[in-house]
Amino acid sequence: MTPLLSLRHISKSFPGVKALQDVSLDVHAGEVHALLGENGAGKSTLMKVLCGIYRQDEGDIVVDGQARDFHGYQDALDAGIGIIFQEFSLIPDLDAVDNIFLGREKRNRLGLRDRAGMIREARRLFDRLNVSIPLDLPIAELSIADQQFIEIAKALSLDARLLVLDEPTATLTPSEADHLFTIMRELRQQGVGMVFISHHMEEIFTICDRVTVMRDGEKVDDCDTHATTPDDLIEKMVGRRVENIFPDYRCDADHDDIVLDIQALRLEADGPDHSLKLRRGEILGFAGLVGSGRTELARGLIGATRPVHASVRIEGQPVKLRHPAAALKHGIGLLPESRKTQGLILPFSCRDNISLNNLTQFQGSLPLLRRRQESRTTADLMAAVRVKAPGPETPVGDLSGGNQQKVVIARWLGHQCKVLIFDEPTRGIDVGAKAEIYALMKELTAQGVSIIMISSELPEVLGLCDRAAVFYQGRIAAELEGSALDSQSIMHHATGGLSS
Amino acid sequence: MSQLASTPGTARQPLTARLARWRRTPVFYPLIGFIVVFFAMAMINDNFLTSSNLANLARQASIIAIIAVGMSLAILTGGIDLSVGPVMALSGTIMAGLMVAGVPPVLAIILGLLVGAAFGAFNGVFVAFAGMPPIIVTLATMGIARGLGLIYTGGYPISGLPPEFAFFGRGTLAGIEMPILIMIAVYALGYVLLGHTATGRYLYAIGGNEEATRLSGIRVSRYKLLVYTLSGTTAAIAGLILTSRLMSGQPNAGVGFELDAIAAVVLGGAAITGGRGMILGTLVGAMLLGVLNNGLNLMGVSPYLQNVIKGLIILLAIYISRKRAL
Repeated sequence: MTPLLSLRHISKSFPGVKALQDVSLDVHAGEVHALLGENGAGKSTLMKVLCGIYRQDEGDIVVDGQARDFHGYQDALDAGIGIIFQEFSLIPDLDAVDNIFLGREKRNRLGLRDRAGMIREARRLFDRLNVSIPLDLPIAELSIADQQFIEIAKALSLDARLLVLDEPTATLTPSEADHLFTIMRELRQQGVGMVFISHHMEEIFTICDRVTVMRDGEKVDDCDTHATTPDDLIEKMVGRRVENIFPDYRCDADHDDIVLDIQALRLEADGPDHSLKLRRGEILGFAGLVGSGRTELARGLIGATRPVHASVRIEGQPVKLRHPAAALKHGIGLLPESRKTQGLILPFSCRDNISLNNLTQFQGSLPLLRRRQESRTTADLMAAVRVKAPGPETPVGDLSGGNQQKVVIARWLGHQCKVLIFDEPTRGIDVGAKAEIYALMKELTAQGVSIIMISSELPEVLGLCDRAAVFYQGRIAAELEGSALDSQSIMHHATGGLSS
Repeated sequence: MSQLASTPGTARQPLTARLARWRRTPVFYPLIGFIVVFFAMAMINDNFLTSSNLANLARQASIIAIIAVGMSLAILTGGIDLSVGPVMALSGTIMAGLMVAGVPPVLAIILGLLVGAAFGAFNGVFVAFAGMPPIIVTLATMGIARGLGLIYTGGYPISGLPPEFAFFGRGTLAGIEMPILIMIAVYALGYVLLGHTATGRYLYAIGGNEEATRLSGIRVSRYKLLVYTLSGTTAAIAGLILTSRLMSGQPNAGVGFELDAIAAVVLGGAAITGGRGMILGTLVGAMLLGVLNNGLNLMGVSPYLQNVIKGLIILLAIYISRKRAL
């Protein structure tokens, strides 16, 4: 039988990175095909090639046995491919009907909108999915699950025969996810092929027929789901790559020298009380899937978002951290995950970015800045973190991602920080710069700074961290240390502890 | 490469490098525009380039120019202050009313300025701590300030002010008219604040990326409160000059002044989205507006047509500045 979709030997490079290397994937009509891999394994890139957003360097996209050439998303839609992105493309203030027919409204003989006709058509689509969704409410008032079903209905109304669902369950409750699976089974009956991206093993074994595993831009394996096990898949996913970019020194932090003691930190009224201890000079990893509550905990800790209840001690002293300024005063700093939107003042120079929270040091008796002292100190800090830039006056937006990250780090070195929280410090950074960031982090710990590193990249957690707290759905599912800290157990806890 | 790295004063840079630095500052194009318009006006009108006309021009422009300093601070942080015109009128009428009631002029002035500052702080509380959009907050308080001024005066101008009060609007010091001197003083303070203090740097940072500034441990709300308080204060200083020049407290003064002040800031090269701008640019922008007003008047252009011409020039200026930013 000819597959509905066949990706053949797809390769794609970006400057300096080989994102996809000879990846092939077949999806048959009436098949749910899981695409599995760590962050950065190339799943998203492959899907973007499939829907015409990226153009492959090599390889063919074959639909119904016919080679297709996609130059944009519209070409993919025309070929019957529909993608449900993680971030919906719906207009929140419009209702379901208007959203489904946006840009291709039905018209009556007078050339006016044929609302009744569109409602009939929408009903038919929702009947096909076997869901009941209010047709005249702004979709902002509907649940995330309903919005997702509207996205699916919209794709079907475009005659999609292949649906790509990019982590559709990440934002759904378990019962909503079950509903989604019912709909997926319904569509499977109708001969729709589906590519399903998810990190949750349980879901893959519930709904998928076949699974393709990717790692580092290559296909590792594909097989029928009933012929494999979760452990087998995890092993294929994480593999073991030879990347010696981690400093090979490990600290032996004194187990009793607790710098930060989170006794109870509750972020939401009905949420759990988090508790955690951080030793002096260690790197503690926050592992887990994207959206598992790691960043939220960090932000709650420093007072960037107000926690419901917080009982925190620093070096044994109870402290109240109601604002990042208070956290700074107590020696805690957060280096946020998005450098451009949360870390840097983009119109500022390197110097002004680094000196931002150090300015009070450069004031004399009058509150005037001593520019020369400021320039000298920031130049020293830039040198300390080895920022490669033409000079301190260079706009920070002109630097590469790695150097931008170093600028953010430098900002905190002027303070006597006890705890630094790095949120995804190496996202979007090339390997060489990653190694430099790792080395810097190790230098800091050698000076007695304790580090919390939030990271979605397993090798990073394994290579750098002394301990790891694994998050799952807003809770710390496990704390791993020593020989217990390995990729299998991290993945095990991060995906919900489905036992093998 | 190394030219960029060198700090001011360490080495004399070649002229081209210094010119390139100049060109990157936000005042560069506004200054060029000002010079062009200035000389165009001088060539068209024989009466333009006389010392009495230029002093007249500067004095007329000083009120908007002073308000524009507070407006610069608000716009720089990504906000705006629409309430400046009514706050100016309110402060001015309160000064006038107090003096007529027998309060000594100095005390009356101080109280009037405090009213402006307090009203600005009122704006600031809503913007900084309630997290409301500045354009909505100040749109609402614009009406409140106007209403308070009208209630206080009963809708009539307050006249009969002590003659010595005329000094601030009509007097001279060292041969320079007081409105111009006060304007220069306010700009000097604004320049020091923005260019040479930590607070000034924070204001740029808030406009450039508020979230990053907050996460760096800067108490953003406090600085926003300060910004609107200062904006209310500069409006009140403008109210002092206006009341003194007219020798009466006018509850209806300052209609549309917020728009002129915004125009001055934007003409001065500031980004309306915040984070970019210089106090010197605002002065240039305010003077550019002054030159246009004055020059078009001398040419006998009808006031109706003047509005059209000024509007078109503002559009052109913003078009150029946006293209440059991209």
